[in-house]
Amino acid sequence: MTKFDLNDDSVVVIVGSGAGGGTLGTDLARAGIKTVILEAGSRYEIEDFVNDEWASFGQLAWTDPRSTSGNWRVHKDFGGLPAWIVKAVGGSTVHWAGASLRFQEHEFRARTTYGDIAGANLLDWPVTLDEMAPWYEKAEFRMGTTRTNGIPGLPGNNNFKVLEAGAKKLGYKEVHTGRMSINSEPRDGRGACQQIGFCFQGCKSGAKWSTLIAEIPKGEATGNLEVRPDSQVIKIEHDASGKATAVVYADKDGKLQRQKARVVAVAGNSIESPRLLLNSASSMFPDGLANSSGQVGRNYMRHTTGSVYGVFEKPVHMYRGTTMAGIVQDEARHDPSRGFAGGYELETLSLGLPFMAAFLNPGAWGREFTSALDGYENMAGMWIVGEDMPQETNRITLDPKLKDKYGMAAASVHFDDHANDVAMRNHAYGQGSAIYAAVGAVRTFPTPPYPSTHNLGTNRMSAKARDGVVNKWGQTHDVKNLFVSDGSQFTTGATENPTLTIVALATRQAATIASLMAKNEI
Amino acid sequence: MAIIQNDTAGSALGRRGFLKTSAAAAAIAVTGGAIIHSGEAWGLEAKALTPAAMRTLVVLARDIFPHDRLADKFYAVAVKGWDEKAAADAAAKAMVLGGIATLDAIAQSSHGTAYADVAWEADRVAILRQAEGGAFFQAVHGGLVVSLYNNPDVWPLFGYQGESASKGGYVKRGFNDIEWL
Repeated sequence: MTKFDLNDDSVVVIVGSGAGGGTLGTDLARAGIKTVILEAGSRYEIEDFVNDEWASFGQLAWTDPRSTSGNWRVHKDFGGLPAWIVKAVGGSTVHWAGASLRFQEHEFRARTTYGDIAGANLLDWPVTLDEMAPWYEKAEFRMGTTRTNGIPGLPGNNNFKVLEAGAKKLGYKEVHTGRMSINSEPRDGRGACQQIGFCFQGCKSGAKWSTLIAEIPKGEATGNLEVRPDSQVIKIEHDASGKATAVVYADKDGKLQRQKARVVAVAGNSIESPRLLLNSASSMFPDGLANSSGQVGRNYMRHTTGSVYGVFEKPVHMYRGTTMAGIVQDEARHDPSRGFAGGYELETLSLGLPFMAAFLNPGAWGREFTSALDGYENMAGMWIVGEDMPQETNRITLDPKLKDKYGMAAASVHFDDHANDVAMRNHAYGQGSAIYAAVGAVRTFPTPPYPSTHNLGTNRMSAKARDGVVNKWGQTHDVKNLFVSDGSQFTTGATENPTLTIVALATRQAATIASLMAKNEI
Repeated sequence: MAIIQNDTAGSALGRRGFLKTSAAAAAIAVTGGAIIHSGEAWGLEAKALTPAAMRTLVVLARDIFPHDRLADKFYAVAVKGWDEKAAADAAAKAMVLGGIATLDAIAQSSHGTAYADVAWEADRVAILRQAEGGAFFQAVHGGLVVSLYNNPDVWPLFGYQGESASKGGYVKRGFNDIEWL
């Protein structure tokens, strides 16, 4: 394995190895650029993953201290766990379900399309769908997304069949097994889906795309990429000219190291990335690195989510097979006549019994609760994922008291639901329940949001420096050789699961960085 | 501490009758340093807590998450960790004993008997409603949602099949076998 010297100041240093960082690092390495990825978590391979929800959570989840506030129910139910994301090589692509949807054209123009919504800090993206289309094509090809590039859709499991039958009875038309970056047939050296279930716990067959198995090994094979696991980044340093020069991190023994860098890219997901920029404050950047706009950490989005579970008279066994290979897209449009801006998707979802008990109605007890679990075998489930409104006051800040084990301020996550989010969620609960009622559900459960899996927007992309943190290439407005490469770039959240767009942006950003380096501009 | 179990009783215990449930504690006897379940043929030794306290915890666990399909032994397994915690941590022991004393005091004033001996589940639940905001109830509830449902032995009773990768997943084992739609 390639190893780069700590004093090698010609390397690109990427913080994080998930959808953004893992893709960017691999592309840079393939372009001949020496790259170091610093990953806070450990490296687990397919054989290490376990089909056991709590054990897997203990293995993969990011459980370092965080605090929460706001009126979102996650604060009440899971006050120390605002997000369910991964701390391991591959980041949350180890955990993701595989849904790979392009944004809709109007979603890149949210402010123009939705207008001035009170309390929402809407802004148009500085890129358009036309500009992104070729990068979406590249992303779909490298990820092997079903229903693109001639790749067939996945077969529908029991949970999908219930969703499909109910949705069709309601007259929905766009119902299928999704655009999934999970092999429906062998491709790219990986086999076809074995319908194991446990997509969230790390795919044991390798059918699911992740940067861990499908990208990073290719980058490493070039000899230009070094991934350092168990490396928690503490701060980014800069010189007197305001150029990033090095990244300080705690290694596996807790010892501080300083990796010099020509370029730094931050891809630690939307809670850690702004935390790192804020923790990197200096006399030159007193409010945090790249924060002249004051927007670092703001506009935190998590998608308007929730689940609907239905109990039927006969068995469903929803947990068998691909967790999220099923979608209803008819509500994804922007149609204000429904009483809210933006749209939502309904996607199949299942939890095993242990997580169903923990997440169905946290805090509940007694027969109303247990009679729901008694119907587990006969249960079908779906997840609501819709566009939520960016709000300046929904933000990541540094907790004044809580520290991590290296003494760095922990992230504090504040989130209040916007009225638009609430109206959308209630609409989706109604439609989801109607889908199951149409095929004979005896009970349905509108289930509250889980800790956030889609964390977005806290280093937003903007045309003007005063409106956001990065430009259309993910380059920070304030520091030329500092980039943001994860979902925190998102100007607005759109309706769709974010990973495909993160990968498309990272692929595009890699080309930009390579070009700027070749021209000696960074 | 271990569950001492007669193998002939274990898996045959499926659904419980209404009468057994409504007089939950009646099936569990306290003897010496252990609780004995004659119907299910198992015993549980208590080390730091008294057998009476363990018996109360078993009743409490069932009242929090009542599943008629689950035998008492699953609740006993789910709460036995409190005996271990109490052995290791005096504060945990005091919290458990104090919490039980509170439940018993409410039960004595309303029913003239200890909480675990109140015959009807609905009456015991009414007692718990007065205690659910307290640290003891919250701690027992929070632990139980994992310790009860994360026991692989209860999964088949809910139709959950657990680990599947080593069996080849469900691609040939019924991922799409639904027929009633």
